[in-house]
Amino acid sequence: MSTETLEQVVVEKQPQEQLFSKRRRRFVTDPLNDDNPITVQVLGICSALAVTVKMEPTIIMAVSVVFVIVFSNLIISLMRNLIPTRVRIIVQLGVIATLVTVVSEVLKAYSYPMYKVLGAFVGLIITNCIVMGRLEAFAMGNKPWDSVLDGLGSGFGYAWVIITVSFFRELLGSGSVFNFKIFEAIHWANFPTMGLMVDPIGAFMVLGILIWIQRSRSGYVEN
Amino acid sequence: MQRSNTYVIIFTAIMTVVIGGILSFTSQVLGPAQKRSIEFDTKTQILSAVMQLKKGDDVLGIYKKRIQSSVVDYDGNPIEKDHKGNPIDAAKVNILKNYKKDPKKREYPVYKFMKEDNPNEIEAYIFPMYGAGLWNAIFGYVALESDMNTIRGISFGHIQETPGLGARIATREVQKRYEGKTIFEGNKLVSVIMQKGEKKDPSLFGPHQVDGMSGATLTGKGVNAMLFNYLTSYKGFIDKHRQN
Repeated sequence: MSTETLEQVVVEKQPQEQLFSKRRRRFVTDPLNDDNPITVQVLGICSALAVTVKMEPTIIMAVSVVFVIVFSNLIISLMRNLIPTRVRIIVQLGVIATLVTVVSEVLKAYSYPMYKVLGAFVGLIITNCIVMGRLEAFAMGNKPWDSVLDGLGSGFGYAWVIITVSFFRELLGSGSVFNFKIFEAIHWANFPTMGLMVDPIGAFMVLGILIWIQRSRSGYVEN
Repeated sequence: MQRSNTYVIIFTAIMTVVIGGILSFTSQVLGPAQKRSIEFDTKTQILSAVMQLKKGDDVLGIYKKRIQSSVVDYDGNPIEKDHKGNPIDAAKVNILKNYKKDPKKREYPVYKFMKEDNPNEIEAYIFPMYGAGLWNAIFGYVALESDMNTIRGISFGHIQETPGLGARIATREVQKRYEGKTIFEGNKLVSVIMQKGEKKDPSLFGPHQVDGMSGATLTGKGVNAMLFNYLTSYKGFIDKHRQN
């Protein structure tokens, strides 16, 4: 997929392009569905399993990843002509690690309970293949604005999947939505919660069903 | 693109300096807010050993009003000054650093939870503790009633026990099992032992036992060891204040 995007850019390069031209809109919309980083490219699975027990930390995680992807894409794209090829991976890592550390420090200062829940996983955004994949495949060869859009697309593609997974995991595993005990509210207090959903196995199952639905609709088949 | 070695070295050197600058700036700017967050978190944990806090409770206010702290040594004698000769503050005693020392040489913070209507009468004592779980450190606060025998409440935390298994020590469900248990058999300190396996029937357990966590026996052992070690260390203090 990545090479395809690169070629596309070279071919369709025009001097004055609209800010949200059709080609640019596709940077954002493609990863949401047909080229979703989690369900189609199957990247970023570990964090998708680890942080999706409850919705609140999942949303924080999603926002953090979107922030890191967008800004690392932007920064790398701005520097793309200066970065020596031989050390480009280290440069990319340096940029990602810096952004991740900033996110982690901000969480520690202003949302300490979330920092305790997410602590290690925010740090692990550095190793999230989606982020580095986008830098290497896209930002290194494209202009800043395109890269920002590409980052937004991949980030939101990641975000909606983990938020959906966490919704079902929290609903079925803990009987709540955003810590609000929904079954008690509708007088079904003895709703049998599934311990399985609290375990990472539950995330695998929800993710599997999600991929199934998506692929049966899009007709996508792996080669 | 291919660049000369000099370019690569200069580029990475500049990048390192810039990144280092950004990071130290962030750390400096956010430092005070982080300190406040950690203080709030610690006080929440201390208080949750003796009372059920709700979201939005004025933790710092309650803490200020009802908690008095002091530091004691292994024999239960109060320590007034730290090793540098400065006045000692229980909240600043680093439990982890002390954990690494010989138990007889540690500084032991004691938090006294005072009665709401009478700020001079002690309702419960809270002791911080620290130990090893299955994967990493576990820690907690244990509150004893003023008889120094009955457990009033407990608040455990952990770094990375297995979610759904050992991590359950941080849940109310497991911590509730300790309430009302006693740590002394006559004059002998026996602590409270978490059993292997999970029966989910509180009536099966004696005054020094609690139900275990299914699939987390090793975390349970860590909790047992932590409780026993620290209650033993605090025994000097406990004996001095115990009412028979």
